[in-house]
Amino acid sequence: MERIPILKLGPFLLVSIQVDMHDRLVLTLQDDLTERIVQTRARGVLIDISGLDMVDSFIGRMLGNIAGMARILDAETVVIGMQPSVAITLVELGLSLPGIRTALNIDRGMDLLRASLEERTEDFSAGNQAG
Amino acid sequence: MKQENFTPSSRSRLPEILIREQSSLLADWIESLSASAGGRTGSRSRQQLHEDARTFVTALARGVQDGSLQDLKSSEWSRMHEFLTELSRSRAEEGTSPTETATFLFSFKRPLFGLLKKELAGEPEALAEELWHATALIDGLGLQTTEIFQRSREEIIRRQQQELMDLSTPVVKLWKDILALPLIGTLDSSRTQVVMQNLLEAIVAHSATIAIIDITGVPTVDTLVAQHLLKTVAAARLMGADCIISGIRPQIAQTIIHLGVDLADVTTKATLADAFQLALRRTGGPLPASTASSKQLA
Repeated sequence: MERIPILKLGPFLLVSIQVDMHDRLVLTLQDDLTERIVQTRARGVLIDISGLDMVDSFIGRMLGNIAGMARILDAETVVIGMQPSVAITLVELGLSLPGIRTALNIDRGMDLLRASLEERTEDFSAGNQAG
Repeated sequence: MKQENFTPSSRSRLPEILIREQSSLLADWIESLSASAGGRTGSRSRQQLHEDARTFVTALARGVQDGSLQDLKSSEWSRMHEFLTELSRSRAEEGTSPTETATFLFSFKRPLFGLLKKELAGEPEALAEELWHATALIDGLGLQTTEIFQRSREEIIRRQQQELMDLSTPVVKLWKDILALPLIGTLDSSRTQVVMQNLLEAIVAHSATIAIIDITGVPTVDTLVAQHLLKTVAAARLMGADCIISGIRPQIAQTIIHLGVDLADVTTKATLADAFQLALRRTGGPLPASTASSKQLA
């Protein structure tokens, strides 16, 4: 059965989407990913979509759902490597992916996750109410 | 050229007459041109005018010999087409109006009609028919010069439009990871598309994290322009770059609020300098004055 590989990268997970997504594949990915987040106690998820040159509202919603699920499991999601043409299409469609963080490449995405991880740890150790 | 309600007889005598009498036609034409050129302040010298007339008659003789009178676009007329292209181009460069160029060709009718009248003196029906042929032919050629003139003009306009578009949307790199996009002129849909594309490609090329959109040069901001700006910001955000909008004049700030445009999600600064300072602070670059403790992200 077709599966999208999930790689562990330090405290984070890396998902690279390079094929066209369909319902079954999305469900499998969500299953696998939530499973792995819990299993590895990952604090961040990087979703690489640089291989996609076409994104529709379905993929947009899927990314939003995955980010939501990961957030509940205390992992932050960053979408990386969106193509310029894809970004323009999404904006023209009125989908600006609210609530999803984005980065240009893996390095930037990792920086972003590390920074937010530090912040969260500080917040926690300072005894603040985590927001 | 179109020839409705008229079926030309297959044997027009026009080509034969034209070819036989081309030298006397040319002489007549040049004579009448010289006579009329005295009054007009033509920018073309007399010699050039005669040269044009000679080339035209030669090309015409060749055209009617091999090609049909009806289809002026066929390959037999290619030499005539070349001549007309050259003629209208060189005349346009001299500042001659297309009317004058066409009139030049139309003036050929006079000697031609005179000749036909002489040749077909005893046959009024044939004369009428050949006159029709001749008129259609010369009109067709005259119209071609106008068409060519128009086409070359349109080409120039298109090229200038493209150049203007390129000129007005430069993306400059200000610092490591920081890009600036000074917008000048009105933002419409097609320009926004170009601006957006240029910006996003530059973001990838320079792997920038912050883009400053400076709208000092944008004369007016209405809801449409604001929407275009927000779209650009959203697209850049999807690529993983933050946008700062700078160069907002007091008047424009008031307009934006009166229009009810929501710019709350976008960082805005009054001047490019302020925006640059903020961008440097965010990327951890060197700050000109010790204004703030830079927070190291990387």
